[in-house]
Amino acid sequence: MNDGVDLLTAYDRQGHWCEMFGGDGAPAEHASMVRDRLGGVTLSDLVRRSDIAERELYNLGITFTVYSERDVIDRILPFDVIPRIISPRDWDIIERGSKQRVNAINLFLHDVYHEAHILKDGTVPAELIYGNAYYREQMRGIAVQHGSYVNVCGVDLVRDQFGQFKVLEDNARTPSGVSYVVENRHMMQRTFPDLMAEIGIRPVSDYGQKLLEAVADLAPSAVPDPQVVLLSPGVFNSAYFEHVFLAREMGVPLVEGSDLLVEDDRVWMRTTAGKAPVHSIYRRLDDAFLDPDVFNPESMLGVPGLFGAYAKGNVGLANAVGTGCADDKAVYAYMPRIIRYYLDEDPILDNVDTHICREREGLAYTLSNLENLVVKPVGESGGYGIVIGPRATKEEIDDIRVKLEANPANFISQPMIDLSVCPTLIDGMIEPRHVDLRPFVVTGQSCWVLPGGLTRVALRRGSLVVNSSQGGGSKDTWVLEP
Amino acid sequence: MTIGTNLLLARYADCAFWLGRYVERAESLARILDVNLHFSRDSRGSQNWRSIVQLNADEERFDKAYDVASYANVVHFYALDRDNPTSIISAIRAAKENARSLRPMISTEMWSHLNVFNNLMNALTPDDLKPSELSRVCAFIKEECQTHTGITEGTFFRDQSWFFYLIGRQVERADQTTRLLDIKYHLLLPADQRVGSPVDVSQWNALLRSVAGYHAFRRVHPRGMSPKQVATFLLFNMSFPRSIALCLSEIDGHLHHLKAGFGLRAGNVSMELLDEARAALAGHNQDSVVQFGLHEFSDYLQRQLIAITAAVRQEFCGVVPDSDAD
Repeated sequence: MNDGVDLLTAYDRQGHWCEMFGGDGAPAEHASMVRDRLGGVTLSDLVRRSDIAERELYNLGITFTVYSERDVIDRILPFDVIPRIISPRDWDIIERGSKQRVNAINLFLHDVYHEAHILKDGTVPAELIYGNAYYREQMRGIAVQHGSYVNVCGVDLVRDQFGQFKVLEDNARTPSGVSYVVENRHMMQRTFPDLMAEIGIRPVSDYGQKLLEAVADLAPSAVPDPQVVLLSPGVFNSAYFEHVFLAREMGVPLVEGSDLLVEDDRVWMRTTAGKAPVHSIYRRLDDAFLDPDVFNPESMLGVPGLFGAYAKGNVGLANAVGTGCADDKAVYAYMPRIIRYYLDEDPILDNVDTHICREREGLAYTLSNLENLVVKPVGESGGYGIVIGPRATKEEIDDIRVKLEANPANFISQPMIDLSVCPTLIDGMIEPRHVDLRPFVVTGQSCWVLPGGLTRVALRRGSLVVNSSQGGGSKDTWVLEP
Repeated sequence: MTIGTNLLLARYADCAFWLGRYVERAESLARILDVNLHFSRDSRGSQNWRSIVQLNADEERFDKAYDVASYANVVHFYALDRDNPTSIISAIRAAKENARSLRPMISTEMWSHLNVFNNLMNALTPDDLKPSELSRVCAFIKEECQTHTGITEGTFFRDQSWFFYLIGRQVERADQTTRLLDIKYHLLLPADQRVGSPVDVSQWNALLRSVAGYHAFRRVHPRGMSPKQVATFLLFNMSFPRSIALCLSEIDGHLHHLKAGFGLRAGNVSMELLDEARAALAGHNQDSVVQFGLHEFSDYLQRQLIAITAAVRQEFCGVVPDSDAD
């Protein structure tokens, strides 16, 4: 350890855009105060406090849970104590861009499940929607309060070597991770109060109340004081901690499917005093498991009759059923066109250039540039099935070529983005590691973006994959006050 | 927009009941192991570890897993055996899993403490159970259970779930006391001639200490100690926290509070069963209960507690009897 030396002196961003230092000719002025303060912390102190933070996360049970045959194993999402700092200017772009995107997605979903203009006129290929596993024919013609389909949206952003934010994908079903945004902040407040003192950092602690308002907005209009609940698959779900966290923050009961029942198209929960009405549900359960009468009949997690109550307008659901056809990687490629179609605006946040392999030109370009492109299957999430051309072996390239030729519509390709980095504590040293950003957009009657978001960091050297299932951790994300 | 404090999910009520029970069970087991180590010796002066197995009616399961009721086997069975659902480690794990379900309701401190406690239990090894270490480990477990109790007292929101938690704790506590009484009387008093012998007094002395009742007993009976006095004390004393009478009285208070304070209409069967048990207790004195047979009476109380558990769970939580084992 190099105690006595400025913590960041030996740090080298290795040519990448750095969230703490900026890029070539564009130093990150907004982070200078934090840089100076970090410089005053010794490496051994940083390591010590990082250990405390990690132990505390474990003790507090801020964990995702892995169940084996006889053991219940709680794992923490690795937490890096060096924060990621976002300037008010950058945040303005992110905030406006995310709202624009969610607005367009909601208009798109309303159209898809009603007149379907955008499909009929061929702006988006109809088979992309009707052939999509997450398209729900049952939603056709069903009215959704305020036309608000995607009430919680996670917009995954990356930043390229020029400092530009780009959308990597939309998460319009049940995006997770917001509990870490809030808990990471609490952890930093406990372990690094000196680092944060007198820096205007926008608060993230009112997420639960904003979410509650949005979900309550979905209740039948005639109900003055709606009963909101959070529906979880239960303790065996790996995101159960987050469900608990959100139920507590919202101040609503956390229910499982068996706690609810439907009679005469109305939803009730079982209480010690008998049944009590439920008017709006923040559900963390996929469509397929929601109602065995309508979707997967094998589902033990859902509530028989729930969709009927929803279709009658007697209960609100966040997110709406059938939003998954809008966050598909294939539909993603059309998002700039979708934004222009409904809003007549240019996208504030650009997509990463995307080649649609179902289109002849896209496929041809992809096949002749495989070594330089990232190829992604459209139906997967969690970073699975991705082939990164510049890093792939010859066998992997050959393999993906065969798959592409066999089923081109299943793939998109994108240039390899040089993701921005952030100084990160790795084995007692400060090293650059790649990060992304997931802001959370909450929409009921109106739209609000949590000023922060989940910064995921790829802890493996050189890795671009930030998913927690593949060795990712997280950082506190500070949006500075304007 | 939020749930009224007078509404409680039925499932939460059940989890609160079991959280109270499991922590109480862990504490009782730690007391029994500790006391047996120190005080309980049979007529030949060796410790009788099989009595603990009998006390918990676990002979069948124990004999299946272990060949002899040695110190090491019995202590392992009750402290660290994950396959034994009535071991301390299983009780704490079950308490934690119930707390996990209850997390939306309980304080972060309660959850965090149980989480750490469970992790500490998992870190124990057979080496920690050696005779030289057992007392320290039992003290640790007792103290962690008491820490849980203290945190809970100080942070648990006093809604319905608090009362279900307390009912669970008192049912378990009463059950543990009946088991202690039963085994000592049943095993140690086969014939009248033993009464009053030095060995016998040490057994009753141990029994009182296992429930932290020796000094409490002395406040009622400054001199002497007869089996009848000890049994009477544990059954009827209205000031001793682990006596059956006090436990039943507290359960009664909690059930009344649920009905009167929270307006719950359920609970009539639970109340009736509890009234029966209290009436049976009130109908006895120290002589009649011995005449009736302490074993028979303990047995009756245990069956009544099982029935009360089933009734509370069915009436308030909608749990169909025998749909799951404890």
